Amino acid sequence: MQPFTKHTGLVAPIDRVNVDTDQMVPKQFLKFLTREGYGRVLFYDWRYLPGEKPNPEFVLNFPRYKGASILLARANFGCGSSREHAPWAILDYGIRAILAPSYADIFYNNCFKNGILPVTLSSEQIDELFDRTQKNEGYRLTVCLEHQKVTDDKGLKYSFTIDPFRRDCLLKGLDDIGLTLVHESDIAAFEKKNLHVPAMNSPLDVKYHQS
Amino acid sequence: MPARTLYEKIWDAHVVREEPGKPSLIYIDRHLVHEGTSPQAFSGLKSAGRKVRRPELTFAVMDHSVSTKNRALPLLDPDAVAQFDALARNCQECGINLFDMQSRNQGIVHVIGPELGITLPGTTIVCGDSHTSTHGALGALAFGIGTSEVEHVLATQCLTQFKSKTMQIDVQGRRPAGVTAKDIILAIIGKIGIGGGNGHVAEYTGEAVRSLSMEGRMTMCNMSIEGGARAGMVAPDETTFAYVEGKPFAPRGKEFQQAVEYWRSLATDSGAKYDTVVTLRAADLAPMVTWGTNPGMVTQVTSRVPDPSSFSDPVDRKAAESALVYMGLQPGTPIENISVDRVFIGSCTNSRLEDLRTAARVVSGKHVAKSLKQALVVPGSRVVKAAAEQEGLDKVFRDAGFEWRDAGCSMCIAMNDDVLPSGERSASTSNRNFEGRQGKGGRTHLVSPAMAAAAAIEGHFVDIRKWRGAEGVE
Ligand code: SF4
Repeated sequence: MQPFTKHTGLVAPIDRVNVDTDQMVPKQFLKFLTREGYGRVLFYDWRYLPGEKPNPEFVLNFPRYKGASILLARANFGCGSSREHAPWAILDYGIRAILAPSYADIFYNNCFKNGILPVTLSSEQIDELFDRTQKNEGYRLTVCLEHQKVTDDKGLKYSFTIDPFRRDCLLKGLDDIGLTLVHESDIAAFEKKNLHVPAMNSPLDVKYHQS
Repeated sequence: MPARTLYEKIWDAHVVREEPGKPSLIYIDRHLVHEGTSPQAFSGLKSAGRKVRRPELTFAVMDHSVSTKNRALPLLDPDAVAQFDALARNCQECGINLFDMQSRNQGIVHVIGPELGITLPGTTIVCGDSHTSTHGALGALAFGIGTSEVEHVLATQCLTQFKSKTMQIDVQGRRPAGVTAKDIILAIIGKIGIGGGNGHVAEYTGEAVRSLSMEGRMTMCNMSIEGGARAGMVAPDETTFAYVEGKPFAPRGKEFQQAVEYWRSLATDSGAKYDTVVTLRAADLAPMVTWGTNPGMVTQVTSRVPDPSSFSDPVDRKAAESALVYMGLQPGTPIENISVDRVFIGSCTNSRLEDLRTAARVVSGKHVAKSLKQALVVPGSRVVKAAAEQEGLDKVFRDAGFEWRDAGCSMCIAMNDDVLPSGERSASTSNRNFEGRQGKGGRTHLVSPAMAAAAAIEGHFVDIRKWRGAEGVE
């Protein structure tokens, strides 16, 4: 996984609460076999008119937000489906950090698995950032995970909190599975201990379905 | 030991390793897999040279993109075919149980888990699918995960997890006639909001929940995620044990008795504390209909489409405004005046035998409205389908003008060819009314099976409690 340390980039606002992952990647794009190439379909139904013509009314299509790499969002961002295609699309589109007052749990978790930093700020701070983004064309922010700060070049400075373990994994771009496999002996011991707990971790009659 | 909740007991029993300040490593007893969210996990595993640790604890099924029309016909969608092939190949290579399209046990992953006894009380269950919360109805800890975590479970049979907060949702008193599990959960989501359960695991308690069948409890737990809670649970009781007994993969004989003894010990201790408590009075509940573009935009059938200007928060007001534009609805319209083009009875929320029985009772001897373009019944599994046919429900539905289909996700997500066309309106027993969910531009109203069935007959929503065909709808 790509580490995240510090990122400066253009901010694009999605001024809508409860943006669900069905909007980020509609179902017709859930049939691919890879993790790559979803950037083109991010927010597909909002972003395109028939024939995949860019919808000029959708905010990410405004020329001023072209090349944005920081997404400013509203509460409960990423609710609904667990599809990891959503963060894959966000990353592939070029977004490295998201700023919102809150996130849905599964989406939040999925971001960390893909090197995207979801920053949580207060509603007032998010309001202020929407205001600044709207008023200043080319508005850029710097998000620093190391110091847990969001700054602009006009003196704005917000601190954010984040779980230290998640922060560490993201800073170093650690491989989760590798981290767990270090504890192989603990897993094996757990399995041994629970082998006889009824219906927990006990082998099943696996031949049943074969008919 | 201090008093603990159901969630805490299952959690404690599954901790493989914990360290202060870090997420815990917890063991996963059952891993469910479907074609949509697994290919990248298998390919990741392979490219890292890793193996599936416990293939016998993993169960795979084809459900999202399967055709519900005729399994014998070749599939027309090459992307879906590639995904099915990938799943079959991955399962074969890794030694994983697969219920493929032709299996007599095939069905929606969250329907077949409980039905086959793969889902058991006290277990931890995950799947790359947010409605894994369904399985919590049996008193399991079950939640949806992303594809990276699917790969993690395949490789390690464990997950690194932070402990959730606990939320008690207590539905007090007896459920009035005509108010179903679906109405209760929609009312809960309407009350707490679709992010209200974020960070929590919900436990449903109270007389109205206790008196529900397993099917009803599954309907409620299924939609926990629509309230933001990753998992929903109901403590296992006699209803649960009776349901589990005799299921194909469930323990038998002496083992079953031992298991029941253990399962009994899982109920939340008296005096245990939840982080958040929500209470509802069942007597205040009514049949519910969603009017907007998320499950929290919901109201009672006797009510009207709300006026966005009545929302005090400007962000909510804007959301309501755009929802009404998308839904093509005017503020103040009585819900009962909303007419529908299509009716969909199915999905992991409401496609079990009890749901089909209820809907069949409503439509029996009647016919769908002339104005209706389509009325679909899609059983949640082939086992449900066979049982329903045994009772003659297929005939009841067909005679009433419904199409009787094979098992799958179907128009809940429209990844196959069951699509709600743009601009059309559906009454649907599924769980998500997001924009485009049932088809781009499609307008979804979420309701219970009884309400969907009655809407099919009348061509618009009706209050099932007062409606002529409602006899026998509990
Ligand atoms: S029926 Fe719908 S919600 Fe349930 S698993 Fe299938 S697509 Fe998901």
